[in-house]
Amino acid sequence: MVSLLDKKKTAAQIVANARSEEKMSAYELIDGIFSEFMELHGDRLSDDDAAIVGGIAKFNDTPVTVIATNKGKSAEERLRTHFGCPEPSGYRKSLRLIKQAEKFGRPVITLVNTAGAYPGKSAEENGQGEAIARNLLEISSVKIPVISMIYGEGGSGGALALACGDRVWMFENSMYSVLSPEGFAAILWKDSSRADEAADVMQLTPEKLLEQHIIDGIVPESRSHKRVFKAVKKILQKELIDLEKLTSFELIEKRQQRFRQF
Amino acid sequence: MQLFNELKTLGHKHIKADKKAGEKVPSGMWIACPKCHQSFYHKDLGVYQVCPNCEYGFRITARERLKWLVDSFSEMDDSLKTTDPLKFPNYQKKLSKARVQTGLNDSVLTGMAKIEDQRLALGIMDPAFIMGSMGTITGEKITRLFERATRQKVPVVLFTSSGGARMQEGIFSLMQMAKISQAVKRHSEAGLLYITVLTDPTTGGVTASFAMQGDIILSEPRVLVGFAGKRVIEQTTHQKVPSDLQDAERVLEHGFIDAIVARKDIKKKLAWLLELHSKGSDANG
Ligand SMILES: [Zn+2]
Repeated sequence: MVSLLDKKKTAAQIVANARSEEKMSAYELIDGIFSEFMELHGDRLSDDDAAIVGGIAKFNDTPVTVIATNKGKSAEERLRTHFGCPEPSGYRKSLRLIKQAEKFGRPVITLVNTAGAYPGKSAEENGQGEAIARNLLEISSVKIPVISMIYGEGGSGGALALACGDRVWMFENSMYSVLSPEGFAAILWKDSSRADEAADVMQLTPEKLLEQHIIDGIVPESRSHKRVFKAVKKILQKELIDLEKLTSFELIEKRQQRFRQF
Repeated sequence: MQLFNELKTLGHKHIKADKKAGEKVPSGMWIACPKCHQSFYHKDLGVYQVCPNCEYGFRITARERLKWLVDSFSEMDDSLKTTDPLKFPNYQKKLSKARVQTGLNDSVLTGMAKIEDQRLALGIMDPAFIMGSMGTITGEKITRLFERATRQKVPVVLFTSSGGARMQEGIFSLMQMAKISQAVKRHSEAGLLYITVLTDPTTGGVTASFAMQGDIILSEPRVLVGFAGKRVIEQTTHQKVPSDLQDAERVLEHGFIDAIVARKDIKKKLAWLLELHSKGSDANG
């Protein structure tokens, strides 16, 4: 495997790194960036999805709402979270917490690492499409800043549902795409073994996505987790200061312009 | 960012050619219903192209649907053309073929329409245009439709039919989900009515955005409605999926569709719903 720290990486190498076992877990990342995190469970309808972790915390002494997709560390946890692929109840939990944040005027930070929304029988029955659709609809006009960090995989609508706010940053070793390179190659070339080639064509690397204004910046990664946390904190602090200068009207206008350009 | 150009090549010639193509199907041909597997003479499907046995509505192009749906229609944005942001190999050829087949510049037909006496902004997705996939122009046309409807204070009716996001335009296709959703939201905040009519098939990113955002969600009978593809579900879960998991009738039972309406009744039902909601918006505005 190519080290996370090699510069000049191919798209396929970035895909491999984004999915690497060495990636930080959601909880490690939350603990590294925020303090006093308290997890809040459940969608208030039927379920508590382990693939989405949410709650309240402090960021430099300011209250914030944190929502993160969670792939899990142990085999048991990975089974429970479907390797970080949320169920509809996960998206409903995230929307509940975003609405709660809006009520109390605190910003939301989402940390995204998911191959996509879970494709399962019960997910279909419980309205996976509707759950994502509602997130997209409601987040488009919430009156609080929403900042997203894609820290591993950003897969399709399942990632977009948590990254449709005011700012989207990506870790140096992360990807964001409409479909996995394997799925892309299978659909377009009937050959999933051409995934590396697909990764290149798809322009799913942070550098390419920054050029296209899909994202707002890239978080440099290093072997030291501490250094990564420091970099993330610096970015979040600056973005929050910028966004909090805006009235809620301006905030929503700018958020909508951000997506209107595509 | 420039994500579309004006299309210079699509003229009325192509649209006429398509009409002919639609009528070319020999009326004596046998056709099997993909849902109930009964066979019929093609002409037995009638003007609505519906299975006489189970009421499944066969996939039809947007222009075919338009013929019996509206009393007047003025098309919008029929010359927008994608810039092909990924410069994807062979994509242009595929687009040209789809344009000829459907008489559309992309996978949705949009415009201002009248159904009986009701004015509305109407969008009809076309399953024959690269599987009804949603690319940048699909998203742009639908967004503009909602923006215009919001300005003119009219309801929106959208017929969905899509295999999901268009792979050939990569992440830009994905962004359409967010772009359209916020236009839907603005329209909704203006107190205006949005009705979706799900037609076969409605899947992927379209289900996960505007198809499921209607105030009222209707469906034709026996339509495939889902988020993930069946094969993907079976590969992921290593379990066989019930064959009717994504039938509109099951989706309704789970609470995600308001009503199933036969194709021949859609026009009347829409006219009634539009009329019923028009009083309220008159009083407000
Ligand atoms: Zn039938």
